[in-house]
Amino acid sequence: MANISMTVNGRTVERTVEDRTLLVQFLREDLGLTGTHVGCDTSQCGACVVHIDGKAVKSCTTLAAQADGASITTIEGLANGADLHPVQAAFKEHHGLQCGFCTPGMIMAAVDMIERHGGKLDEKTVREELEGNICRCTGYHNIVKAILAAAA
Amino acid sequence: MGVEGIGARVPRKEDKRFITGKGRYTDDMSVAGMCHAAFVRSPHAHAKIAGIDTAAAEAMPGVIAVLTGSQLKDDGIGDLICGWMIHSKDGSPMNMGANPALAVDTARHVGQAVAVVVAETKAQAREAADAVSIDWQELPAVTDAAAALAAGAPQIHENAANNLIYDWEIGDAAAADAAIAGAAHVTRLEISNNRLVPNAMEPRAALADYNAAEDHYTLWTTSQNPHVARLVLSAFYQVAPEHKLRVIAPDVGGGFGSKIYIYPEEIVCLWASKRAGVPVKWTADRTEAFLTDAHGRDHITTAQMAFDADNRMIGLKVDTIANFGAYMSLFSSAVPTYLYATLLSGQYVIPAIHCNVRAVYTNTTPVDAYRGAGRPEACFVMERLVETAARELGVSPAELRRTNFIGEFPYQTPVIMAYDAGDFDASLNAATAAADYAGFAGRKAEAEARGKLRGIGMACYIEACGIAPSAAVGSLGAGVGLWESAEVRVNPVGTIEVLTGSHSHGQGHETTFAQLVAERLGVGLDSVQIVHGDTDKVQFGMGTYGSRSGAVGMSAISKALDKVEAKARKIAAHLMEADEGDIEIADGEVRVAGTDKKLGWHEVCLAAYTAHNLPEGMEPGLKEGAFYDPANFTFPAGCYICEVEVDPGTGHTDIVQFVAADDFGRIINPMIVEGQVHGGVVQGIGQALLEGCQYDAETGQLVTATYNDYAMPRADDVPSFAVSTTETLCPNNPLGIKGCGEAGAIGSPPAVINAITDAIGNNDLTMPATPEKVWRALNAGAVAQAAE
Repeated sequence: MANISMTVNGRTVERTVEDRTLLVQFLREDLGLTGTHVGCDTSQCGACVVHIDGKAVKSCTTLAAQADGASITTIEGLANGADLHPVQAAFKEHHGLQCGFCTPGMIMAAVDMIERHGGKLDEKTVREELEGNICRCTGYHNIVKAILAAAA
Repeated sequence: MGVEGIGARVPRKEDKRFITGKGRYTDDMSVAGMCHAAFVRSPHAHAKIAGIDTAAAEAMPGVIAVLTGSQLKDDGIGDLICGWMIHSKDGSPMNMGANPALAVDTARHVGQAVAVVVAETKAQAREAADAVSIDWQELPAVTDAAAALAAGAPQIHENAANNLIYDWEIGDAAAADAAIAGAAHVTRLEISNNRLVPNAMEPRAALADYNAAEDHYTLWTTSQNPHVARLVLSAFYQVAPEHKLRVIAPDVGGGFGSKIYIYPEEIVCLWASKRAGVPVKWTADRTEAFLTDAHGRDHITTAQMAFDADNRMIGLKVDTIANFGAYMSLFSSAVPTYLYATLLSGQYVIPAIHCNVRAVYTNTTPVDAYRGAGRPEACFVMERLVETAARELGVSPAELRRTNFIGEFPYQTPVIMAYDAGDFDASLNAATAAADYAGFAGRKAEAEARGKLRGIGMACYIEACGIAPSAAVGSLGAGVGLWESAEVRVNPVGTIEVLTGSHSHGQGHETTFAQLVAERLGVGLDSVQIVHGDTDKVQFGMGTYGSRSGAVGMSAISKALDKVEAKARKIAAHLMEADEGDIEIADGEVRVAGTDKKLGWHEVCLAAYTAHNLPEGMEPGLKEGAFYDPANFTFPAGCYICEVEVDPGTGHTDIVQFVAADDFGRIINPMIVEGQVHGGVVQGIGQALLEGCQYDAETGQLVTATYNDYAMPRADDVPSFAVSTTETLCPNNPLGIKGCGEAGAIGSPPAVINAITDAIGNNDLTMPATPEKVWRALNAGAVAQAAE
C-alpha cells in the first residue's frame, strides 16, 4: 500500500492506495471524478488525459503513487467557477463533440497543445498532436476547428 | 424558421455536461454494496468444455460467487435469440444454433463467456477469473466464410450442415442471366468487404441491482434501445418479468449499431445479482470489446453488371457469402438480406436484378449491424461496378451514372424498395462542382510533377432509413414492429417535457427534438427537456439505429404535438370566446387571428391544470402521447467524391480532397447533420484505408484485438471535409426527414477505393488499402516479372 498526497483541482487529497492503483482509477473510484474516462487498455485512445503539474498525461499509464506530491487538473477542474474554459467553449460552439466520451481527454490534450504552441497552431500540427486521442464520432473535423478557434 | 426552430444551427443543449466532465455513463454509476464481475472467456476458437473447476477461484479473497453456464441453464435463463426470421430459397427456416449466455459444453469463438466471477473489487474478480480452471478439448476451427462452406470444414453447429445458416435469394435470376447473355458489355468484379469492429469509444458496461424485498431488478446499461433490451431480457431470456425490470441507458458513449444487441454480459449481471445477492457491475476492457462487441460487414461477393450498346444498365447479378461468426446475433439475419440486397438497384434504372446470399457460421465473433448495416456493402458493390464499367467503356464515371439515374419518382425497384423521392442529378452536380471535377486533369499533372500519383473516385449512394414500416418488416420476418413512441407533457407553467423512445448516444436529440418543439409551440429551447433512456420514465420505444430517430422518432413527437396543440386551441378558444379555427400558437403566445386577443402560452397551460374553466366535458391536464408507424422506408441519397495522392515509393495514400453532397430531406440542425457526415465519412475512410479485423486462419485467434493492432482512424489520417446538402423532402413523414446517421459510412469506402485504383491504374485492390497493398498493386506487373 502507498500513502499518497496530491492536489486535485486545487484541493489537497490524502489517501492510502494499493501500489498498483492507476491514477485514472484513483481519480474515478477513490475521488469520484468520473469525467476522466477509460477507453482502452493500451495508452492509445487518450480518453484519460489529465494535467499533471500543467502537462497533459495519460492517467491510465500513470500510477497514482507516481503522482504523489503533484498538482492534478481534471476536466472537472478546468473551468473557473461557472465559466467555461475557452477550449470547452470552443468545443461547444464548433460542435467538437458528439457522444462526449473522448471529449474530456480531447479538451485536456488541446489545452496543453495550445499552451505549448499558442497562436502558431495550424491544422497540420493540431492533427499530428491529436494522434494520441481517438474519437469515433466526429471524424475530427470539428475538433480541429474548435482547437484552432480556441488557439486564435 | 425561428432562431431556435427547424433549420437553426444552434449549439447543443447537452454539451455542457460533457465538456465539464459531468456526463454520466454506465461505468460512472455506483450503488451501495456494489461488487464487480469478471468473465472467464474461451482462449480457443473452437473447443469442448470437458470440465470446469471453480474451487480455487471460490477460495480467493473477496470472491462472492463463481457461476457457470450449467447453473444459468438450470435457473431457466433462455438462449440468445435472433429476432428476424429468414427462410432459404427452398422454404426452410434459417438454421439457428443454440447461443447460451455462458457456454455450457462448447465454445465457438475466442472470447466467448464461459463463467463469471463476482467479487468485492474489480481486481479480485479478475484474479479469481484467471484461477478458474477449464478442461478444454480443442477442436479444429475455421474463420473464413468461403472456407467454412467447403467440404470437410469443421462443423460449428449440429443443426447447420456445412455451416450454412441460409441460402436466400431475391429478384429474377432468369431475367438477370438473360440480360448478361445478351449484353453489349458486362463488368465483372470479385469483391470482399472487410470485417470491422465498431469501436464506440465507451466500452460496453452493465450494472445490475436486484432488490430482493421488491423482487425487482434495475439494469444500467450501454444500450441504444433500453426498451428493446427490457423486452428481450424478459420475454426471451426469462431474466425477470417486464414489470419487474427497469432498464436505464444513461449517457452512452457511441453505439454505431454495436449497442443495439442484448449481450451475454447484461443477462449474466442481472442473473448474478440475484444469485450472489449483491449489485454487480461489469465494464469491458478494450480487448473484451474487440472480442465480444458484434462486428460488422465481412462479405465475399461476385458481381456482374450488364450494359446495352447505349451504356444503359440492363442487368445485375450478385452472389454473396456473409460471415455471421459463431452465433446469430439479434438482427444479423436481416443485414445481408433486407438491408443489403434490397439496395442493389442503387440510384439506377436496372430492369433485371438477382442476388443470392449464403450466410455462414465461422469460429469468429458474431457479426451484426454496424453503421450502415448492409447498405455500405451494397453501395460498395454498385459503385465499384459502375466506376469500373466507366473505365472499361471509356466514358466518364459521372456521365455513365447520369445516363442510368432514376429520374422519376416514385420508382419501384426490382428488389422490393419503392423510392419515394430524390434528385440524383442535383447531388451529383453539387458534388462535381464542389470538387472541381472538371479541373482534375490539371491537378493530376501538377501532382505528377511532384512525383505523386493523383486519382479521383466517385460514389453515388442510396440507402433505406426510417426503419421501418411495422407491417412490411413483419411480413419479411422481423420479430418486432419498428414504430416509435413519444409523449409530450406540458407543465402548468408551460414548460415541456418530451419523453421519447429514441435514444441519443451522440446524435444530439436533446437539441434537435427540442428545436421541433420550439418551432411548433414558439417556446424557447431552455423550456424544453428531452427525457429518454429509462424504461420507468418512457413508456416504450424501439430505440436509435438505422438513422431512424429523425424520420420515425421525431414524427412520433410531431404527432403528439398535434394533439397537444389541438387541446390547447380548444382551451384557448373557450377562454377567449373565439372560434377554435382562428387560434394561432406562436412566439410563446396563443392568439386569435385577426384580433388583438391573446393569452400567454403559460396561461393556457395553467388553465388546463387549474381546470376552473375548461370546455364542457374536457379532461384536465395537457399531456399527449403518440405512436408513429412509418408508411415507407426513407431514402437518403448523395454523391461523394474523393481525391487522393499516392506516393509510388511507399504506397501511402493521402486523401487530399473529400466532397460530400447529401440529400437528407428536411434538416433540423445543419451543424449536427454535418457532424454526422464527418463522422460517418471517417468511419468509411477507416474501412477503406486502415481498419481490418484479422483472424489467424489456423488458430482462430483475433490478431487485431487492441488499438496497437487495429488501425483506428486518427486525426492525422484524414483531411477536413467539404460537405453540403441538396433537399428533396420525404413525402411519407410529417417533417419530410430522411435521416443522416449512416450516409457517410455508406458512400465513402467506394469513393476512396475508386480514387486509389484510378491513381495507380490497377483495379485489383482490397480494403483496407494499406500502403503495402497499394504498393503491391502498383507494382503488380514488376513483382510478377521478378517472380518468374
